[in-house]
Amino acid sequence: MALMDFFRKKSSGDVAKDRLKLLLISDRANCSPEVMELIKNDIIKVISKYMEIDCDHLDIQITQTESDSSNGRVPALYANIPIKDLKHSTERR
Amino acid sequence: MSEVIVITSGKGGVGKTTSTANIGTGLAKLGKSVVMIDTDIGLRNLDVVMGLENRIVYNLVDVVEGNCRMKQALIKDKRYSNLCLLPSAQTRDKTAVNPEQMVKLIDELRPEFDYILLDCPAGIEQGFKNAIAAADRAIIVTTPEVSAIRDADRIIGLLEANEIHKIDLIVNRVRMDMVKRGDMMSIEDVIDILAIDLIGAVPDDEHIVIATNQGEPLAGDSSLAGTAYMNICKRILGEEVPLMNLEANNGFFAKIAKLFK
Repeated sequence: MALMDFFRKKSSGDVAKDRLKLLLISDRANCSPEVMELIKNDIIKVISKYMEIDCDHLDIQITQTESDSSNGRVPALYANIPIKDLKHSTERR
Repeated sequence: MSEVIVITSGKGGVGKTTSTANIGTGLAKLGKSVVMIDTDIGLRNLDVVMGLENRIVYNLVDVVEGNCRMKQALIKDKRYSNLCLLPSAQTRDKTAVNPEQMVKLIDELRPEFDYILLDCPAGIEQGFKNAIAAADRAIIVTTPEVSAIRDADRIIGLLEANEIHKIDLIVNRVRMDMVKRGDMMSIEDVIDILAIDLIGAVPDDEHIVIATNQGEPLAGDSSLAGTAYMNICKRILGEEVPLMNLEANNGFFAKIAKLFK
């Protein structure tokens, strides 16, 4: 059993800590829908400069994703922004 | 100048009532006049942890509804004359009292006591809102478990949203043997995650169970938990007390000593 422990990568205490850290990031983000709304509006503003987007079906949320650099999962801002018209963007260039 | 402290946690069963009883007893031992208010309407327990369950005549809801005077509802502790309990009602529910009534009730107590301790119910509903309405500061009790810490984080957010900014942490039921093995989050881990000030750590000590069985809070006695709670009381008074070693002494000599106890 002790030998098994030696080869085990992470102690359960560390696992708990890592899980909690990520969990609390999304908990805290979910706590304030106001902030999410502000982020959403700013994203719409920026992207609208370059293309026409469907503001009603825009979806943003904080999720977790596998990290490329560090090991384990990290929080990520996920955004699904339907584009209505791309022409707008080519005209500008 | 009295200070109103709410003892809260979010999650149930982490030791709010035990902590309230011991902090109240400890502060009284240090010579302060203290009143403990059980705000858990419908599920009162502070009376039984204090061993005062047989003396209840009137309760918090009676005072709020004007069925009795404040003096009639306050129960004097049998050990310390400067320690009082205002019990909760057992046959009513949380909607019997609102936050404004709590503020009024506590304002009435402020001139009489140095410390007013509020034992908060679990959850974040009406009972929680009642308990925090009049608080000047908060003590959050948590254990080194994911569920308790997650709830504590939520409570911290709610307290801050309600303009309570002095928030301290008690990490309860720490098992140093498991922490050493890496199978329990350490006190440092918990502080790191919650990012609030630590006011004390209490070991998982069987003396707590015994004390609760007997209705005699152990703050200030020679047990590990008793010492830990006394240290917390001293820190509430502003004293600087270093963190104690939470490890139970299970060495050879300690075992021999136990035989002669």
